[in-house]
Amino acid sequence: MNQLQHTTIPSTTGTWQSVCALDEIWPNTGVCALVNGRQIAIFRMKNDDLYAIDNHDPHSGANVLSRGLIGDLAGEPVVASPIYKHHYQLRTGVCVEDADTALNRYAVELRESTVWVQA
Amino acid sequence: MNEHIRILVVGNGMVGHYFVQELVKRHPDLSAAKLEVTVLGEEPRPAYDRVHLSSFFSGSTAEDLSLVEPGFYDRPGLELRLNARASSIDRIQHTVTLTDGSTLAYDKLVLATGSVPFVPGVAGRDRENCFVYRTIEDLEAMTAAGTKAKSGVVVGGGLLGLECAKALCDMGLETHVVEFAPRLMAVQVDEAGGQVLRSKIESLGVHVHTNRNTTAIVDGATARHRMVFFDETWLETDMIVFSAGIRPRDELARDSGLAIGARGGIAIDDFSRSSDHDIYAIGECASWNGEMFGLVAPGYDMARTACAHLFGETASTFQGADMSTKLKLMGVDVASVGDAHGKTPGCRSFHYLDELRQIYKKIVVSEDNKTLLGAVLIGNADEFGTLQQMALNAMPLPDNPEFLILPASDGKEKPGLGVDALPDSAVLCSCNNVSKGAIGEAVAAGACSIGEIKACTKAGTACGGCVPLVTQVMKAEMRKHGMAVNNHLCEHFPYSRQELYHIVRVEQIRTFDELLAKHGKGLGCDICKPTAASVLASCWNDFILKKDLASLQDSNDYFLGNIQKDGSYSVVPRMPGGEVTPDGLIAIGQIAKKYSLYTKVTGGARVDMFGARVEQLPNIWEELIAAGFESGHAYGKSLRTVKSCVGSTWCRYGVDDSVGLAVQLENRYKGLRAPHKIKFGVSGCTRECAEAQGKDVGIIATENGWNLYVCGNGGMKPRHAELLASDLNKEDLIKMIDRFLMFYIRTADRLQRTSTWRDNLEGGLDYLKDVVIHDSLDLGAELEAQMQHVVDNYQDEWKTAVTDPEVRKRFRSFVNSTVGDNNIVFVSEREQMRPATPEEKRLEKTIPILALVD
Repeated sequence: MNQLQHTTIPSTTGTWQSVCALDEIWPNTGVCALVNGRQIAIFRMKNDDLYAIDNHDPHSGANVLSRGLIGDLAGEPVVASPIYKHHYQLRTGVCVEDADTALNRYAVELRESTVWVQA
Repeated sequence: MNEHIRILVVGNGMVGHYFVQELVKRHPDLSAAKLEVTVLGEEPRPAYDRVHLSSFFSGSTAEDLSLVEPGFYDRPGLELRLNARASSIDRIQHTVTLTDGSTLAYDKLVLATGSVPFVPGVAGRDRENCFVYRTIEDLEAMTAAGTKAKSGVVVGGGLLGLECAKALCDMGLETHVVEFAPRLMAVQVDEAGGQVLRSKIESLGVHVHTNRNTTAIVDGATARHRMVFFDETWLETDMIVFSAGIRPRDELARDSGLAIGARGGIAIDDFSRSSDHDIYAIGECASWNGEMFGLVAPGYDMARTACAHLFGETASTFQGADMSTKLKLMGVDVASVGDAHGKTPGCRSFHYLDELRQIYKKIVVSEDNKTLLGAVLIGNADEFGTLQQMALNAMPLPDNPEFLILPASDGKEKPGLGVDALPDSAVLCSCNNVSKGAIGEAVAAGACSIGEIKACTKAGTACGGCVPLVTQVMKAEMRKHGMAVNNHLCEHFPYSRQELYHIVRVEQIRTFDELLAKHGKGLGCDICKPTAASVLASCWNDFILKKDLASLQDSNDYFLGNIQKDGSYSVVPRMPGGEVTPDGLIAIGQIAKKYSLYTKVTGGARVDMFGARVEQLPNIWEELIAAGFESGHAYGKSLRTVKSCVGSTWCRYGVDDSVGLAVQLENRYKGLRAPHKIKFGVSGCTRECAEAQGKDVGIIATENGWNLYVCGNGGMKPRHAELLASDLNKEDLIKMIDRFLMFYIRTADRLQRTSTWRDNLEGGLDYLKDVVIHDSLDLGAELEAQMQHVVDNYQDEWKTAVTDPEVRKRFRSFVNSTVGDNNIVFVSEREQMRPATPEEKRLEKTIPILALVD
């Protein structure tokens, strides 16, 4: 598999900041981190891959994506917004139902057992 | 000369009215079309539904039965005269004289005079409390007499007679059916079928006397009448209803010299014209090819034909009718198709008789074994649709036609009908005249479940007998349109929800990862994960926010609250039966005030508190738990509330303690996860103040126990619940609810409420009764045990969540900060807070949000 498929393609750059211990994110779920005033949803996949995108769901106007169910559609990892169930691709930030809408992606890394995000 | 065409319709029964509707359909403004239509009806009210006349006894009113839309007869060019009876026709002058002496001129005359009940020429037949069964007035008189009678006799064991017997039974009378022929329903049913029907009806408490010719009715010794039979035996009874067939009302026609059929009835041609071409005859008064038709569908057909011909159209003709019938008599399926008696020369028949379940089935096939000629089905008429279509369309029979009526053995599907062979014109639903073509159109327009097909075509919504066939056609049509006819849950699981439920049970699977590894692929999604979570919870009832289950939970379950549009949550503590103490209310008020929550009383009779941020939830619950509350599961696809009226404890009309039962039931089923939410209602008397018949499970107190209703719904598509069982004691009631709910959980689709599930359930209410009450699948004990497991493993989810530090830690807005989400902003309205609109957020016209309470 191509490396890109398992990492977020960052759309923003900024400073790296440590967010939490990996253990604080239960497998197959997300958390929201407040980084330099931005709400960033960070997801931990079953295999410990990490993705980071905006927590803000533009279709509902609520900051909720970190609480969405994650999974895949045709092999592409996605999160489903808990409000109106729009799907966002975790790699690209693009909304599956509305390709004109794309969320910011952030670089995210595991250093030792700590999760770091660049924002 | 009058330039308008004067049409006179004599008779305002179902067929007469249908004819007028056809006229109006063509020319909504009759006057503008130069038509002058006069309709005579001898009854005091306009046309009503005589087919469903017996529902008058179960509470339908004359208005319910009316077929006439308000204002229908108030249009220019149309006049309806009630209580008006024609006495003679002058064919030369083109006039009709009424019994009041007035005369009406016509250009075209339509006779829709119907029929009269046949009363055998028995001495004493005119005695008091002897009735016929034809009009609403007849029924009103029967009802009045029924209140003073102890016993009743129906003379005539045909279709109407048995319906009438049911009415007498329902009035609480000792009921007898006296039939001249050697068996019941002699026209439709053969000897063996008549036997099965008889024992079924006798088991319902009706006394059946066949081969009985009444010779006289005289004064009785123990009751009002004594009926004396030809062999000197006798039967005493308080009231008698004659229902021994019908006779066409052709006297107007006879007296005016019109041709009459060999067995009576006004002779008509293929255009429904009598021997005088300015006079049409339609419905039960008409005789076509010497045959009369006592069903409404051929009458409608004649009305359409006559109307078309009146306007010069000769394309449509009346060509006789299929007299196949399927009905439910006193709860017993009775169906007959085509040549039920096997009168065709050289034909052969196949019989199936199950004396245990009292089922009899017969098919009659042609000499060459290639086509189906007729059938009789008693006790179970599931195959009616298939057999009727096979016979009507002369479709080729399968190699072993006997399998058409034999019960399906394990794993083998019954030979169906090759539905592709059916012509588009084939009428699948004869009740509502829905053709195969109409089903195809509905599928093309996007309907792809039997529920949707019913909604848009009305097929299968009356007797329901055609539902299996309609389903087959729907699937075939979907395949034709390239629509996937698979019930796979999603791309990750090639199984339906029902199949997954089975897999989880049988293989004792307890986690999604195990299910996915063994039976699915990929990572899962927001369809299969919550479905699996629900199935796992229904089976094992583990805490849903356990580490390996939390990631499966949908929006609301995920934080045990109802997520709102702004990402805040609402909190609903359980109030079983809607009962709450003053202290409880005070505690809720204090907590809502402390956390600045908007409060509203819900439709389910409890209090909803809105506007909690995720990090506030555990604190709010902790305080609610301390005040004696637990989770109300308002967020779950699970039992919501058991609504109740105040019941016999306080209410002066109450028959039983509805609140007590509601509390007991809510506590039993709380936390039960299901394919969708479940609502209950319990009413303490038939006034039904708890609206139980609009709930998934509704219970109404009776003098003798509890009536159980199921599969009702309010909301988007209201559905009246159906009576599943009557007069149950509490123990049996709970047993039936256990079975019903577990059967629903086991077989429903994801997000399918009980109402839709029921609409899609093949076999309908009878099947449900068989499974739940008669335990036909031998599942009763298993379903009860499974429910008991869920009940025994109940825990208050809020309590578990707040007492487990690791779970509690999940409840925060940010993993790296204790502040709240500053996008959740409230403004004040009607002395409470509500979410700010985006506009208000921009204008910052807000009230400050409270600091995090610790």
